[in-house]
Amino acid sequence: MTEEKKKRPPAGPFITTQFNTLLGWARKFSLFHYPFVTACCGMEYMSAACAHFDIDRFGAGWTRFSPRQSDMLLVVGTITQKEAPVLRTVYDQMTEPKWVIAFGTCAVSGGIYDNYAVVQGIDQIIPVDVYIPGCPPRPETVLDGLLKLQEKIQHQDHDWRWKKKRS
Amino acid sequence: MEEKTILERLRKEFPAGVRETLTSLGDEVAVIDKGALLPVVTFLRDGPGEFTMLLDLTCVDYPGQEPRFEMVYHLFSLSRNRRLRIKTRLGESDLRIASLTSLWKNANWLEREVYDLFGVHFEGHPDLRRLFMYDGFEGYPLRKDYPLRRRQPLIRLKE
Repeated sequence: MTEEKKKRPPAGPFITTQFNTLLGWARKFSLFHYPFVTACCGMEYMSAACAHFDIDRFGAGWTRFSPRQSDMLLVVGTITQKEAPVLRTVYDQMTEPKWVIAFGTCAVSGGIYDNYAVVQGIDQIIPVDVYIPGCPPRPETVLDGLLKLQEKIQHQDHDWRWKKKRS
Repeated sequence: MEEKTILERLRKEFPAGVRETLTSLGDEVAVIDKGALLPVVTFLRDGPGEFTMLLDLTCVDYPGQEPRFEMVYHLFSLSRNRRLRIKTRLGESDLRIASLTSLWKNANWLEREVYDLFGVHFEGHPDLRRLFMYDGFEGYPLRKDYPLRRRQPLIRLKE
């Protein structure tokens, strides 16, 4: 292998990785979110979403009330056993790519409701990307969680149409 | 003194049904036989007490005691601004009591809740189904002998 070839990596992978970075950058700043609000954490969600804390500064301000049009599922509040099938249906209806945030202690682990009625963490039903603790979490915590998700999206290996589908 | 009179009226009206009357934390309490529930409550609603509102209806489990369950009815008189509590005991072997749906519409869901969580059967209820828990849920979760860690997920959960 000559010296010149070592310096220049092949063009294919270079374009792919750069395109992946571009896609990650685009996707992390255009998160349409679906709020699955079931409990008191909803107040903090509203606070984070509205003008005071303004989740739109980070490109996640577009609330879609249809799971088919959203990329980020915010599970805000307690999920009971009776509600578990509904949450799974909503998750299944979302189109790829999709990410899930467990918002508040109840969604993360069931919280204080360690009883017959409550699911002990929504990760028993659907995959979760970011866990935001707090009862309820402060809006700053929510925004921090969103930044963590954006970081994750940026460094993710993205799927796109003409790339061979993994798994 | 007014409180005394309504309890006295009640005792006089139903000497057999009313077991005990007392005052607890400023409210009047009447402990009655479960068979006398419907006439007593009808008297309180339409009689001089004017307890026209059913505030709440619930059940308490006292494990180890006999009779084990206690139904508690909270009545409120809008015109007199008075509250009254009615208690009656239910044995585990015969968990049946008259429904109050014919007197108050809101008794419908309250009784469904008690049926769901305690397993008390209300006779004369038009639609006695579970209210909170789902179909296929076994047992009565608010009974003291329901296992603390028993879970009955509706869909298969990941572990």
